[in-house]
Amino acid sequence: MSEAGRVFRTELGRVRGLGSAKEGVHHWWMQRVSAVALVPLALWFAIALVAHTGADYATTRAWLGSPVTFGMMVLLIGATFYHAQLGLQVVIEDYVHHEGGKIALVLLTKLASLVLALAAIIALLVIAFGR
Amino acid sequence: MPSPVRPLSPHLQIYRWQLTSVLSILHRITGVALAVGTLLLVYWLVATAAGPTAFATAQEFIGSILGRLLLFGWTVALFYHLANGIRHLLWDAGHGFELRTAYASGWAVVIAALALSLIAWIAGYASRGGGM
Repeated sequence: MSEAGRVFRTELGRVRGLGSAKEGVHHWWMQRVSAVALVPLALWFAIALVAHTGADYATTRAWLGSPVTFGMMVLLIGATFYHAQLGLQVVIEDYVHHEGGKIALVLLTKLASLVLALAAIIALLVIAFGR
Repeated sequence: MPSPVRPLSPHLQIYRWQLTSVLSILHRITGVALAVGTLLLVYWLVATAAGPTAFATAQEFIGSILGRLLLFGWTVALFYHLANGIRHLLWDAGHGFELRTAYASGWAVVIAALALSLIAWIAGYASRGGGM
């Protein structure tokens, strides 16, 4: 190492690249990965919803319960809530400066995202396999 | 202690807004709005699973003036966040940082969001036979 640029990080730390938060770019990267997944999923969902505007109960259930729609909806729900809680976390961390309130709010959005995703997937399971 | 009457930066009364920063904060606002909007999506799915009565109630709400306003806002927010999200992904890949390009892609996002929203609603009304 040069004498001028004093490096306080160990070589192992540099190689691991995890930084002080110990998770490296994982959060940033997963927000991009879920964003890329959501591009086709959101477009599919918008087009499918437009095509089923005003559909009656039986038609809607048959559509949501068909294998392809069911699979696409589960992917959409998973990617949406994963992406949403990552994004909401960044917004909360930027604007909420009270440490306890920040942690509580981030945990609450993660819990809410999980519960909503679960509710949606259970609803889809009932539609596809229930009465 | 510093004087509490010092002007804020940016000084909002004389601040000249730029397209780029407005679109940046809009990306956040639409992101949060879409997250809140998932409540309606989950409610609609649960209502569809619950049975014909709950489904009819949900459809009635979505078809009301308030429901349609929410749904239209949700459509614009979705297409805006989608288009601007692609713009962000291109930046992440190292493209489009020139000031002219950033403005051009910004206007393209605005036009795409409005055009796709209008197309979706016109197609939606057409697919239900123009009724209601």
